[in-house]
Amino acid sequence: MSAATLPDSEQRASGAADASLAERVFRIRESGILAVLIVFVGVTTAVQHRFLDTANIQFMLVDTTTFALLALGETLVVISRNVDLSVGSVVGLSAYLSADLFVGHPGIPIPVVFLAGLGIGLACGVVNGFMVAIGRVPSLVVTLATLYIIRGIDILIVGGNEVDASSLPNAFLDIPKDTIGGIPDIAIAVALIIAIGAYYLRTFRSGRDLYAIGSNPDAARLAGLPVGRRVFTAFAVSGAIAGVAGVLWSAQYGTINSTAGTGYELQVVSAVVVGGVAIFGGSGSVTGAAIGALLLTTISSALYVLGISSFWDQAIWGFLLLVAIALDQTITERLTNALRSRKPGSRKPGSARPGFRKPGARKPAIESPGTTHE
Amino acid sequence: MNNLRERLRPALRWETGLAVVVILILVIGSAASPDFLTGNNLFNLGLSNGEIAIMTLPMTLIIISGEIDLSVASMLGMASALLGYLWSKGWPMPAIFVFVAVVGIAAGAVNGLLVTRLRLPSLAVTIGTLALYRGVATILLGPNTVSNFPAAYTNLGVDAVPFTGNDMTWSTLIFIVLAIIFGIALHATPFGRSIYAMGASAEAAQFAGIRVKRIKTLLFMLSGFICSLAGVLWTFRLDTAVQNNGLGLELSVVAIVLLAGVSIFGGKGSLTGVVLAVLAFAGIQNALLLTNFNQEATGIVTGALLLASVFLPNAGRLLRRLRPVHT
Repeated sequence: MSAATLPDSEQRASGAADASLAERVFRIRESGILAVLIVFVGVTTAVQHRFLDTANIQFMLVDTTTFALLALGETLVVISRNVDLSVGSVVGLSAYLSADLFVGHPGIPIPVVFLAGLGIGLACGVVNGFMVAIGRVPSLVVTLATLYIIRGIDILIVGGNEVDASSLPNAFLDIPKDTIGGIPDIAIAVALIIAIGAYYLRTFRSGRDLYAIGSNPDAARLAGLPVGRRVFTAFAVSGAIAGVAGVLWSAQYGTINSTAGTGYELQVVSAVVVGGVAIFGGSGSVTGAAIGALLLTTISSALYVLGISSFWDQAIWGFLLLVAIALDQTITERLTNALRSRKPGSRKPGSARPGFRKPGARKPAIESPGTTHE
Repeated sequence: MNNLRERLRPALRWETGLAVVVILILVIGSAASPDFLTGNNLFNLGLSNGEIAIMTLPMTLIIISGEIDLSVASMLGMASALLGYLWSKGWPMPAIFVFVAVVGIAAGAVNGLLVTRLRLPSLAVTIGTLALYRGVATILLGPNTVSNFPAAYTNLGVDAVPFTGNDMTWSTLIFIVLAIIFGIALHATPFGRSIYAMGASAEAAQFAGIRVKRIKTLLFMLSGFICSLAGVLWTFRLDTAVQNNGLGLELSVVAIVLLAGVSIFGGKGSLTGVVLAVLAFAGIQNALLLTNFNQEATGIVTGALLLASVFLPNAGRLLRRLRPVHT
């Protein structure tokens, strides 16, 4: 998109026009990834009709749920120009401890187990958030450290044990299998949670604050936004979500040992980035991240259905991620140029709205708000 | 002036602190286990940490220049898989070495060009190539394992360097030689100073006439080359080429470099610190191993040290910030 191709109605120079242009690009980013998803599904189905079987769709949806949930939490953190690398370890710890509750307390109500998972995750998230927001140290370092520490605690607790499906109640193992009108319950629940998250980020002040903080932490602080509190909350929520995702994980896989969820963090960050959330914060949406998660799961499933060895998964996945970030950068640069040439002098390029950073003005690494690494 | 001293103090102190930690590990380790300071144990210590140690060197330069390379372990894995694949196809070993090195450099060049020419964030790019390069390794070998390498080469992985009294592994020797080269290049050449300059401010460095993009691309290529080397060493040490060799190692490498006091924002850190951090990392792993601590849980200690590395230099500032709240 360039200035020349903008429709006339968009050429009217006003703040509202700018806002709607920016709004459109947000939608374009999401619809771009949605288009890739649709093309992918279309081509795969054309070649192999059983791709769109009810069973396969159900399978893909269930597979996406934990992943999309984690992407939701990660999105909040990444938008605020931070990153949470500890989610994989939190999933592992929560998966084992919650499954172990069934072993230690047979007949424990399932909602209590979910609450326990939520609590475990929340505790981890609070620790992360406290160190990043109060300690003002880079989140990449803090969550890399807690990735190791939480996994280490998990290993110390679990040792060589494992919980297997035989010690879990059927009602719990059926959670990923139950459906309403052909759609898995769990997918509906997660879609609802994502919708709430999307609405919150778009509408609530504290949600908008995250974009402002991610766009420019110093400016956000000077503008009087409670940067520390918001970032703390983002990490706490991300942790709590990872805790719940851990419980779902154990319901889905049934067998939980000390390696559960290992390496998940990079997949989640990939889904978020493929979904159009800028890795240096300030732009992106929860819906985009969820579609990103769905796309990555769909690719694995499509390769399987097409009879291509799953050994190709990762290479294609990585390639797609590179294409996604390259496209995203191109769109951002074009948009900045379009805004700049449309209203010369009226605003500084790059300060238009959260996320439209001037090309070339990248920060070298992830920064927690206002951090000075002395 | 005062400000400058204030800024330099933590950096100067950090290496000293690390040295103290290393000495403490030596003292406590040898007190806890009589086996700790024996030549045999030092040999094993070098054996199990050699590749990680080697990979920290280019990572240090990249982080100081203000970027990051998360694809290192995947490049190691790709080199290992390629080595195994070509060997199983009957290529002669010297030709394989050349090819593996070229592929490693090309992989690094892809990282570098995407970061510098397309202006993409290196964190995102190298997460992408982390998956891509590991994917190539997986495509090459699939579920297969190649392990019939000639003994002349696999002995390099397990034999000691001659004249060192059976105490030094080849990977340790390579690490020492490379560390000296990297140290000189980083601290005593204009090239090294320019890396610090671009880490402090890429824009200012550009205006000062430093070819930021070219140097950063070179650093990524260097990383690709060194990681291929590490991949070859890894393969010979275990006499196994398998697609998941070195899986997840990137986080350990980054952890060591950050533990060394290298700033994640670039522009700060020293190679002395990195060598000390490698020693501390290897020492702790080894000491915990000898004291029957659950070996897989040593991540707790690595993580705690990593936290210490960001909190201790900032402790004074944090206390100042917290005090008014309490009174």
